[in-house]
Formats: sequence, C-alpha cells, structure tokens
Amino acid sequence: MTSTADVIDDKLLQKRLDKAMFNRRLRAFLLVLPILLFLLVVFIIPIGYFLFQGVYDKTFSSIMPQTTEILSEWDATSEPTEEMFAALAVDMVVARENKTIGKVATRVNRDLPGTRSLFTSTARKVSKLEAPFKESIPDVKDKWNDIEVWQAMKTASRKFTPGYYAAALDLKLKSDGSIVRQDEKRRIHMILMKRTLQISFLVTVFCLLLGYPIAYLLATLPTKTSNLLLILVLLPFWTSILVRTTAWIAMLQAQGVVNDLLVFFGITADDARFSLIYNKLGTLIAMTHILLPFMILPLYSVMKGIPPSYVRAAKSLGATNWTAFWRIYAPQTIPGLGAGAILVFIVAIGYYITPALVGGQEGTMISNTIDGHMRQSLNWNLAAALAGVLMIVVLFLYWLYDRIVGIDNMKLG
Amino acid sequence: MKKVTTLLAAGLAAAVGVANAAETITVVSWGGAYTKSQVEAYHKPWMAATGNTVVSEDYNGGLSEVKAQVEAGNVKWDLIDVELSDAIRGCDEGLLEEINIDDFPAGADGTPAADDFLPGTYTDCAVANIVWSTIFAYDSSKMENGPSTIADFFDTANFPGKRGLRKNPKANLEMALMADGVAADEVYSVLETEEGIERAFAKLDSIKGDVVWWEAGAQPPQLLADGEVAMTTAYNGRIFNAVASEDKPFEIVWDGQIWDLDLWVMPKGAPNKEAAMEFMKYSTGTEALAAQASWISYGPARKSSSPLVGSFHNKPELEMAGHMPTAPDNLKNALQNNFDFWADNQDQLNEQFNAWLAQ
Repeated sequence: MTSTADVIDDKLLQKRLDKAMFNRRLRAFLLVLPILLFLLVVFIIPIGYFLFQGVYDKTFSSIMPQTTEILSEWDATSEPTEEMFAALAVDMVVARENKTIGKVATRVNRDLPGTRSLFTSTARKVSKLEAPFKESIPDVKDKWNDIEVWQAMKTASRKFTPGYYAAALDLKLKSDGSIVRQDEKRRIHMILMKRTLQISFLVTVFCLLLGYPIAYLLATLPTKTSNLLLILVLLPFWTSILVRTTAWIAMLQAQGVVNDLLVFFGITADDARFSLIYNKLGTLIAMTHILLPFMILPLYSVMKGIPPSYVRAAKSLGATNWTAFWRIYAPQTIPGLGAGAILVFIVAIGYYITPALVGGQEGTMISNTIDGHMRQSLNWNLAAALAGVLMIVVLFLYWLYDRIVGIDNMKLG
Repeated sequence: MKKVTTLLAAGLAAAVGVANAAETITVVSWGGAYTKSQVEAYHKPWMAATGNTVVSEDYNGGLSEVKAQVEAGNVKWDLIDVELSDAIRGCDEGLLEEINIDDFPAGADGTPAADDFLPGTYTDCAVANIVWSTIFAYDSSKMENGPSTIADFFDTANFPGKRGLRKNPKANLEMALMADGVAADEVYSVLETEEGIERAFAKLDSIKGDVVWWEAGAQPPQLLADGEVAMTTAYNGRIFNAVASEDKPFEIVWDGQIWDLDLWVMPKGAPNKEAAMEFMKYSTGTEALAAQASWISYGPARKSSSPLVGSFHNKPELEMAGHMPTAPDNLKNALQNNFDFWADNQDQLNEQFNAWLAQ
C-alpha cells in the first residue's frame, strides 16, 4: 500500500519539480525575450536577408518569365530560335509598359558590358515589331544575332546564382555554369581584400606597440594621475570619427602642420614635402589613432587587476627587471592583449569612413567598394556577396584565434 | 503700366497660393555654391510669388536614396537635381514620374518649350535646368605661359607639376583620348573598341605618377589654391566662383571640355506633386534660368535665356556670357558626355579603372 503511495508521491513530486523548473526557465526566457526579439528584428533578419541577396537574384526571371522558361531549355551553344525571339518580344512589351526594362537591362549589363542600351532601345520599338521576330528584332539592333547576348541572358535568368560570389572573388560565371577567372584587367577585389587584411593587421600591431606602454603607465601610476591621463585617452574616444579624421587631414597634408614643421626645421625642402596623406600611410596613421582606445582600455583593465606583489616576488627571488617583466608580468596581460587585438582588428577590417577620406588611391579598403556598390552602381547583390566574403574571412580568423590563443583567454574588463 | 501688371500678377499668384493653402515642398540638390544659385534664382522668387515654402536639402548624387524611398513607399522628396545618367536610368526603372514637355511654359519669345530647350535636354521624366562642364584649370600666378590645349594637361615635360583628376574613369578617358589626338566627335566610337580603351589608359598611365585624385567638386579649387597641384580638372562653376567670389588667379582651359546636364526629376509618388510640378515649371522658365546664371557660370538649358544672361550678381563688370560652357568660343573643341556609353560600360570601366589605380 505504502509503496504505491510512495510511487504516486514520487511521480507527483517529479511533476511538481518539472513544473517549477519549467516556470523558472520560462521566466528566464521571458526576461531575455525582448533582447532576443530586438536582435532578431534589427540584426539577424535584415542581415540574413541581405546576405541572401548575394546568391539570390530574381530580377530577370520575374520580369522576363517567358524568356526565362525557354532559355532554361536552351543549350547555350546552338543558334537562338524563333521561339526564343518571340518570347523575348512578348516579355519586352510587358516590361516596357511596366517600366521595368531598365532593371533587366542593368542586370544583363553586369554580365555583358554594353548591353544596357541594347535592351532599352529595342524595348522602345518592340511593340511595333512583327513576326518573324528572328528577323525583326535584329533589324533594330544587329547585336541580337550575337550569341553572347543570349548566353548573358541565360546566366542572368538563374534565380539562385553563384555569380555574385564568383565576382567577389574575381571569378566569372559562364552561361554553361562553369566558373573561370575574371579578365586580368578587372581583377580588383582580391587586391582590395589583401590590402584590407594587411592594413588591419598593421593597425593592430601599431595599436599594440603604442597602447601597451600607455596602458602600463595608466595601471601603475597613482589613481589621481592615472584618472587624469585616462581622460586624455577617452576624450578622443568620445569625439566624432569625422572630426578626428579631418583633423588628421589638416595635420598631414602637404601644406599641413607636420610638413610645415619639417620644413621649418630644415628636415625637408619646401618643394619636396612628404606625402603623408591620401595614401596608405595616411590611412594607417589615422586609423591607428582612432582605434587606439580599443587597445588601451582592455589592456588597462587587465593590468589593473595584476597584483604588483608578483613582480616584487620575482625580483626578490633574483629576477632582473627584464625577466620579471617577460616571465611574470607580460603573460598575465595576454587576456587583455588578446581582447584588444581582436577588437581593433575586427573594427579595422570593416572600416570605411577614414580610408574613404584619407586613403587616396592606395589606402582604400574593401568596405569602400561595398559602399560604392550600395550607393553608386546599385549592385546590391555584389555588395552582399562582398560583405559575405568579408564575414567569412573574419569568422575564419576568429576561429584561428580561438585555436591559437583561445577565446576563453579573452578578457574585456 | 508694365509694373502694375507685374504687381497684379504677383498679387493674383499670391492669392491663388493662399487659396491653395500654402504648401511645403522638399527640393534636393548638390549643395554649396550651386544650391545657393538655385535658392536665389528659383526658391526665393517662387516662394514670394506663391506663398509656398521650399525646403532645400543636399545630397551627393546617385539614385540609391530615391530607390530606397520609392521602394519603401515612403517618399519624402518632391524634386531632385540629378545628372543625365541617373535621370534616364531612374526613368527606365520606373522610379520617376513622367512629365510632358508640352506642359511647360513657352520661352519669353514665344517659342514652344519643346523647341526652346536645347536639343537633348529633356527626357520622358526629366527637364534640364543647366549645362555644366568638366574643364581643366591652372593657377596663372604660378605659370606664366600657361597651358592652352587638352594635350598640355598630359604634357608634364613642358608643363611640370602635379595634376588633379577625378577618381573616376568618366571624363578622364575622354580627355585622355582627346589629348592623344582623337577628334571630339570620334571619342566615343574609339572608346567602344578594346584598343581605344587601352589607348586612353596608356595616356593616363603617362601621368599616373603625378596625379592627385579628387572626389568631391569642392576639392579641385582647394587643391589649386593650396598649391597641391599645378593644374586640375574641375567643374567649371566651382573654378569660376573661386575666381569671381574669392579673387583667385585661376584660369580655365576650355579646349577639350566635356559638358553635361543637370536635370529636375520627381520621384514616383512625390508627396506634393502638384506644387512641385509648378515649381519645376517656374524654375525652368526663361527668366529663372537667366537669373541663375548670374550666380554661377552654368549655362541655361533654354535658348531664350541666353540673351538675358547678365553679369555676376555682385560684380556688374563681370559679364557671365563668356564664362558659360555653351559660349561659342568655349565650344570649339568640346564633347558632350555620352550617357548611353557610360550606362553600358561604367561597371566594367570602373573595375578596370580601380584595378589600374591599385597597380
């Protein structure tokens, strides 16, 4: 009797426990729900949607449905048939009426330069054309006889396409689905990607070299003095990036403060002033200055927590200053160093205002190209693909960092 | 008598404006001296005549904001000052309202609008207000025997010094070819070919080491003033204003100029369509265009405005006519920017240009 009651009691208890646990979890979940929703709505969904555009483009297939259908059966090598021309004519009439022909023209022009006006000018006349379209359409522009145009349309008609990612990597998607290297004169993205990594790496190294002694000083001085110095670190941090960047322009330009001083002290001649800005050097100087607080602050907070007694103990056991520093002090600063380095590097890799203003021709980075595709060429798909590649590179470096230094080793404060 | 009619007309217009309940339209343009010329010549008189308000906003060109507004169905702008390439592209993509040139007022001499506007200065969606030009300029106080032809710009042996060029293949490739001896009317047919592009890049390559690249229109006059460059390409109005307002010793070389248009367009679904349309008609009228020319040296798009162009607004001795891109003397060796060529090839040429820069 009693045993059965015990079992029932146990079950009941288990149930109650489960319920209590569930309620706790629910409460915890409800507490993080707002931030989760916030992240989802303003971060994950938009960015996900945007990155999706890097592989998805329905411009051509939605505006030119008939052509798309017939092109999917075409082998991309035989001569275009009357049916293909007829489908093109039908789609063009509709696209002309809906004012969407410009979108199609822009889309195909990305794959085959020089076709934009082919589409817009033919569309203007297409409603007056009569069958056989295989003759009447090329009569408007004989370029329609060119099989390249049809191949470009076939490439553009793919909804899911690796073409943009290929372009982001200086490759080219051909109509038969194969991928080849881009024409040598147009290979630009890999150059910029390498340069972006190089600049970010150098900026991180410079920030480390400059920031480490400053952080050490801040952490070891008496609180009163160090607080004052900390304000000097934070003050630029609170100033607008634009203001700091333009201030560097005033400092570094040929007729700027630095060059004036160099001329004044006779280090250089008046007509041989140094080019300190509108090149890679300018980008490096300005970005190092702007990102320096990102290195100093984590280093400072970690150094602050290192008891001075350790170094004293090392010295009392006979270590020289040098050994005490390298063997005892420096290893303890690794978490702050790692945090600072990764912060600076990741912020630097996506930097764009400063290189745009002071980079000139050799100091601009991949984000400036992404910006150009967003605002000028309006090629958002390619911008998405470039951003995707950049994100993959960052994630890879993050993974590498985790393998070498270990992410648990990072301390932000 | 004439004064009375003008007064009456103004009063009537004001009354009509009040009856319509004063509206506020948002007009977007390029900022700086150019927007100022529009405010003085278009906005102020129109506001006085109709009682409506014009809010002026600045932008940096391009269609991205228009595209975003129209596609989100949340249009904030009523009228935008755009380049020809954007006017045509926006129209093709259905981002802009269509207009009918026959609705526009006839010229002061009675010529219908369709004939009064210079050829090619209006499209299905846009009406031009001004003709502007990319020229090159130098500081005459630093060069006694200054350059006189486009070939001199590329001749660093006889005219040593840095060169300012816009960081964009547009205009640079054309100028390079003209400097290499290609006649203006053949430039684009040469550029259509692979060899032509090679030739233009080769010419640019010959001065690449001496080039300072600029991006914003305000930069070239500054580069010249600072002595950063010996000569630079620039928009003619910017150089003119530096000369007229700041007494800079700059000299414009018109040989090999490349002229282009700025046009009004209305985004699809503009919030104050009717008032904005009235403003568009007013501001492209004969008088308004002529008045604008006294503030900046961009040529009016209407033929009937040219005879009315006077002198610079605060310098009666400075006649504007000779400083316009459209002045006959300045058009001797000139090229009109070919929109179709650039619409077809700009993505490819931008990439090639950027790759060339990075080498």
